[in-house]
Amino acid sequence: MVTMNDIPSQDASEALADRIRRAEAEGSPLRLVGGDTKAFYGRAVDGESLSTREHRGITEYDPVELIVSVRAGTPLRELEAALAAEGQMLPCEPPHFGDDATVGGMIATGLSGPRRPWAGSVRDFVLGTRVIMRQGSEQRFGGQVMKNVAGYDLSRLMVGAQGTLGLITEVSMKVLPLPGASRSLHLDMPLADALERLAEWGRQPMPITAAAWLEGALHLRLEGGPSSVAATAERLGGDELLDGFWEALREQRLDFFTAEDPRALWRLSLPHHTPALEIPGVTAETDVLYDWAGCQRWVRSDADAEAIRAVARQAGGHATCWRGTGGAAVDTPFTPLEPVVEKYHRNLKTQLDPKGIFNPGRLYAAF
Amino acid sequence: MSTHYDARLDGEPPRIAQAEVLADLRQALPGMTLLHREEDLRPFECDGLSAYRALPMLVALPETLEQVETLLKRCHVLGVPVVTRGAGTGLSGGAMPLEHGVLLVLSRFNRILEIDPEARTARVQPGVRNLAISEAAAPHGLYYAPDPSSQIACSIGGNVAENAGGVHCLKYGLTVHNVIRVEVLTIEGEHMTLGSDALDAPGFDLLALFNGSEGMLGVVTEITVKLLPKPETAKVLMASFDDIEKAGDAVGAIIAAGIIPGGLEMMDNLAIRAAEDFIGAGYPVEAEAILLCELDGVEADVDDDCQTVRRVLEQAGATDIQQARDEAERALFWAGRKNAFPAVGRMSPDYYCMDGTIPRRELARVLKGIGDLGEAYGLRVANVFHAGDGNMHPLILFDANQPGEFERAEELGGRILELCVEVGGTITGEHGVGREKIHQMCVQFSPGELTTFRAAKAAFDPDGLLNPGKNIPTPARCSEFRLTKSAGDAPAPTHA
Repeated sequence: MVTMNDIPSQDASEALADRIRRAEAEGSPLRLVGGDTKAFYGRAVDGESLSTREHRGITEYDPVELIVSVRAGTPLRELEAALAAEGQMLPCEPPHFGDDATVGGMIATGLSGPRRPWAGSVRDFVLGTRVIMRQGSEQRFGGQVMKNVAGYDLSRLMVGAQGTLGLITEVSMKVLPLPGASRSLHLDMPLADALERLAEWGRQPMPITAAAWLEGALHLRLEGGPSSVAATAERLGGDELLDGFWEALREQRLDFFTAEDPRALWRLSLPHHTPALEIPGVTAETDVLYDWAGCQRWVRSDADAEAIRAVARQAGGHATCWRGTGGAAVDTPFTPLEPVVEKYHRNLKTQLDPKGIFNPGRLYAAF
Repeated sequence: MSTHYDARLDGEPPRIAQAEVLADLRQALPGMTLLHREEDLRPFECDGLSAYRALPMLVALPETLEQVETLLKRCHVLGVPVVTRGAGTGLSGGAMPLEHGVLLVLSRFNRILEIDPEARTARVQPGVRNLAISEAAAPHGLYYAPDPSSQIACSIGGNVAENAGGVHCLKYGLTVHNVIRVEVLTIEGEHMTLGSDALDAPGFDLLALFNGSEGMLGVVTEITVKLLPKPETAKVLMASFDDIEKAGDAVGAIIAAGIIPGGLEMMDNLAIRAAEDFIGAGYPVEAEAILLCELDGVEADVDDDCQTVRRVLEQAGATDIQQARDEAERALFWAGRKNAFPAVGRMSPDYYCMDGTIPRRELARVLKGIGDLGEAYGLRVANVFHAGDGNMHPLILFDANQPGEFERAEELGGRILELCVEVGGTITGEHGVGREKIHQMCVQFSPGELTTFRAAKAAFDPDGLLNPGKNIPTPARCSEFRLTKSAGDAPAPTHA
């Protein structure tokens, strides 16, 4: 069993701050990196690498407070093991995409796993961050308490900003107890029925914590008290789903993701209760995997980026080119921003990083 | 040191006469209600923090988005500050007007635009009352989770501005966790959408940044919130303790048992007696502390959890444990808690409500500290505590008609907040900084951190026209505050 004290601890914040001061003085860009497991997610950064790996360890963890504070370079699996040893977890279930994934990478990308629609996202569980800003000073935003509205919420702003506003050195997160019971089911069901059922179940207090449709079946995870999980599983019927399915889905190790396929992989983020969408050349049952009860769809398509984005926008969502060779995957992986919204993104970047030293161009070419 | 707007510390106000602004806005917005006579402005001189008052230069009551847009554009051109106000129930002076600014009142934007039961969302205007959303969603078996005590009156726009909480935050989150999208008008009158109907949006998380930004980055004109299915059942246990520290330990023990209650509230003896006298909720008036623990969810799980919690409470030394027998009694148990502020108000001519948050393990130390400080200042303090999430509401009892007593209460409040920061907490859990806690911001944050906040503000409002003087103190104000403190809290040096 891993406890918090078994995790190597090292404070490298001074060295990181020195390097940032130098970059600021020289006006030379930095490519911030943790385990380098999510480099594919976003545009390539032209800059000298600055690693957070030496800045690691849990600085505070009192399970009764439901809060953990951990340095950015700490391997995600070490953090998760330390939480599990106390019967707790990160409810947002972040994907690793490799053994070396770090806490900093989880925060910077803000990516969440199958439990997202029911439990919340990485951003929802962030309570505070320490960030080295361009001046080379480590600043604290948010805090180590559940509720805190002092000042602007710069800590949650850092989540998903991919290191373009500053170097995240430490984060405080809310954690929760592991569920008392967990069961996963495999229910053969056509796609349209599955989406309807999920909408209906969403309006009921059901103990669902993951729902994905693929290969002609709805895959469901039930978690909560033993009584309700058992009763719900009995009512729904179906077959028991093999252990490890949700982790394989989260880590993109299912056949859908690993099969040889020349087409790009898109991630569509959509509102609840969105029906199957018509994308040119895409078969709704075989070219699409429906996670998050249909709110996160993985699409195999070589259709034009504009066409895919138009469909997503029409449905009230947006589309990210997740993996591919050239085109949108390289230049514009993320949906372009509306002009006014982009203007304020640029203003914010200019205010916080006027010389563009932090991961320039990582999200969008303009900043 | 005074929190009143001070040109020397807070920045030079624009030199433009009321008549000039009035004439300009009347011409640009002939159909909009614009109040300018003193007797019409008077009702708007304060929000829920009534000790802080200022008469606005003008009050604008627009009814259409086009009017708001034009108003912002004109104010931007004229260089006149704009303070946005919803229902005016805020407790930190966040909507306190400026004598040289326009008060933009959004109370007429009170329509629920759409309830979508399939997507489980409600799209509403900012002036819609918090409770009205849950009422409108109820026929679909859905509700809006954040429930500040003022939910009958407070508006959702104000909830977003302050990132409001309530008694169910530990399990269901704050406003920021329950708002998925907002429509915003910038100070230049540009429109933008932040967040989306999906579960995320491309770019920076500006939605998170706008929640709790106290109307200083833009004006929120429409809000889409997430609705949740109503729990199948909710049960409440009330435990009495003869020692407040034991009650605090019981809170930790419940969490350690792996249970996340829907609500977990603590009240001390003074608050218990006040609430019981006012509501007659059946509270044990002899107890030093009570804990209210609500468990909600699926019937079978809730029954299991009630058993567990009962056992934990017994082991923690509860002298009495009662479970609400029915829905009526459950409502009554909560009524005592939700009316604790007005109840305490009946015991004293005035009261002053604080809002610090602390790590729960520091509870005993902080309560003792508050007791000692109260004694030193000669003022009684009742304690109401969102125990589950560490958010304290010490209520300082005072009489504003006694010379100097309000100033003493204010100073005691400041000391309590500084104590919260000292133990690793924060000066505000859910009420916001507003004007009230502007000085304690200088205690909680370093000059560098405050500089970063100002940079974020400048990205959206470089001229500082949106709600100036709130939330983030100027360097001059912090310098003066630090000087005042180091001089042993001597009065601030006088100035011309």
